[in-house]
Amino acid sequence: MPETLERVPMRDPLTDPEQKRIIDEILERNKNIPGATMVVLNELQSRIGYISPAMQAYVAQKLRIPLSELYGVLSFYSFFTMTPRGRHTVKFCMGTACYVAGAPQLIEKAQQILGIRLGETTPDWSITIEECRCVGACSQAPVVMIDDDIYGRVRPNKLPQLLRKYQRQ
Amino acid sequence: MKAIRAMVLVSGDPASIAQGAHEVYQRLQKEIKAFGLQDEISVSMITDVGRHDALPMVIVYPEAVIYGPVKPEDVHFLVEEHLYKGRIATRLVAPKKELSGRIAWLAARQGTLPAEQRIVLERVGLIDPDEIEEYIVHGGYEALGKALTQMTPNEVIEEITQAGLRGRGGAGFPTGLKWRFVAREKRTPKYVICNADESEPGTFKDRLILEGDPHNVIEAMVITGYAVGANEGYVYVRGEYKLAQARLRKAIAQAREMGFLGKDIFGSGFDFDITVHAGAGAYVCGEETALIESLEGKRGEPRIRPPYPTTHGLWGMPTVVNNVETLANVPAIIRHGAEWYRGFGTENSPGTKLYTILGNVNETGLIEVPMGITLREVITIYGQGMKNGAAFKMAQTGGSSGSIVPASLQDTPMDFDSYARAGVSLGSGALLICDENTCVVDLARVLMNFFRYESCGKCTPCRVGTERAHQILTRITEGRGTLADLERLEKLSQGMRQLSNCGLGQAAAVPLQSMLQHFRAEVEAHIKLHVCPAGSCPMSSRRVTTAA
Repeated sequence: MPETLERVPMRDPLTDPEQKRIIDEILERNKNIPGATMVVLNELQSRIGYISPAMQAYVAQKLRIPLSELYGVLSFYSFFTMTPRGRHTVKFCMGTACYVAGAPQLIEKAQQILGIRLGETTPDWSITIEECRCVGACSQAPVVMIDDDIYGRVRPNKLPQLLRKYQRQ
Repeated sequence: MKAIRAMVLVSGDPASIAQGAHEVYQRLQKEIKAFGLQDEISVSMITDVGRHDALPMVIVYPEAVIYGPVKPEDVHFLVEEHLYKGRIATRLVAPKKELSGRIAWLAARQGTLPAEQRIVLERVGLIDPDEIEEYIVHGGYEALGKALTQMTPNEVIEEITQAGLRGRGGAGFPTGLKWRFVAREKRTPKYVICNADESEPGTFKDRLILEGDPHNVIEAMVITGYAVGANEGYVYVRGEYKLAQARLRKAIAQAREMGFLGKDIFGSGFDFDITVHAGAGAYVCGEETALIESLEGKRGEPRIRPPYPTTHGLWGMPTVVNNVETLANVPAIIRHGAEWYRGFGTENSPGTKLYTILGNVNETGLIEVPMGITLREVITIYGQGMKNGAAFKMAQTGGSSGSIVPASLQDTPMDFDSYARAGVSLGSGALLICDENTCVVDLARVLMNFFRYESCGKCTPCRVGTERAHQILTRITEGRGTLADLERLEKLSQGMRQLSNCGLGQAAAVPLQSMLQHFRAEVEAHIKLHVCPAGSCPMSSRRVTTAA
């Protein structure tokens, strides 16, 4: 078996009994459907929040597929992440319509306010910022997606207020 | 359904929800109960109502009064005045406004704007998507009953072929022909896939169909399954469309309960069921073979074609892959017949097309119009003219994988054949309208950045070509380009177009070619004069001085 399963890091979801139960439940429910890899990864991403190296090894073992194949799928899709996120994920749409409507300025502003770069998480684990491709709300451009909520026509001067709301939660 | 005397609709698009539409909805239900009106008035949340100026909006039928913006604390007054006492609560009526043509309830109320026609969006915004009964009341599942009990699979295919329905995903392939290819395959099981991985930036037509009228797509898939002899269907919805996924799942459960899905539908002995599959954020999965790979749980890398999915699709079996919008046309065609359908659009591209209008126009949004209307009509009638009275310079069709259409082509009818003859493509239906302040090189650079990021990396022309093209375009926008760069771009675009494995790399070449063909002077100005005529490129000032 891959090395990672033998030395599971201390704070890994696999070492937490509650999260381990969720992981096992997802695997158990999906293991027999053909092409389950993506379904399982999608559920893990949304319930656990990320897919750690140890989890990858574990899932590959349970689904009876090579770890390399699982990693291939995992790294292909932009939804899946291998590092923990903040409590809230703020995504800036960089689709053509949003780009033209000023998404780059929004990102610049967010980086200033939070003191982190794109793809990073604030030290208090409250917010992770990323860019994303079109979310399909182009008539509202520029669009910011926070968790599952969509905010349209966001102006840079409204951003501090918006971010503060989520930082406090 | 209960005998209701009034219908209340609450706008439920993301912007409304952000401004408290849910609270308004709950308050409405509470207040209506408090007045004892719950048996005579129905309250529904609907998807996009088509206006964004006074959200959240509350619309009351049969008077069709539009209230907005409505705050939760206004609800009591509104219910008491309008629903209980029967007077229009003028204080809350939304500001009057020239409305664009895409609004379902307006069309139903006062007739349509010139050239506007609804087939696909017939019920979107009019019914509660969470209630199968409302769909049935509006003629839903009639087509399925007709197909299953009165027609043979062959007759269904013949009807679709006669109607001349063509794929709305961008390629315009005749749907009837595709179905026939799958129907004549002997191997089973066969599959029906609905491509709802709508990832083109600027396109959101499929989202509105799925959110506003999910049963229409389900009905179409069952009909497709019956026609080609498949018993299993998949809807591949892009990961970002959480609401669409939820609505679909709910609709599928309701359809199963009513016997429109499952075993022995309409007592015809035909079985069909549908699974919803969520994508995970990869643009290339909109390509049909990549989508199939993804459904199989693999990396979404396109396969080499042929063989086409019609013979070797999901799990290597015959598979129909149709776009959401294409499918949404099917029940209407079966219900009203091919003759009726041919009455819309042009000879070779019958029916309607959904367009999302974006960019520098006064009204942005979604419209459904017959095939063959022109860009000029779209901009002046539906877009309500250019913003700030600026001049129209170009339109980018189809999100990213379309063409850059110059103003000189704005009177060319927008249908598959006319556009193909003019050397441009219709794409998936996004129209990004750009005025004179948009630089064509910058636009091409942004598009190329998108392709560079989304290229799956399987084949070289696309992986390297998009990267190189982006470097060159960046160089030009910074005033560091050379004339040799133009030749390189020309070569790159040819290579990408001819050698790429799938549509992504081929489409990436199109904006480059459109740019060089129609806007060469503007590009050369960047290179020779170090000037961006539109004034939007970050030309390095140092270079400008050396040139001068």
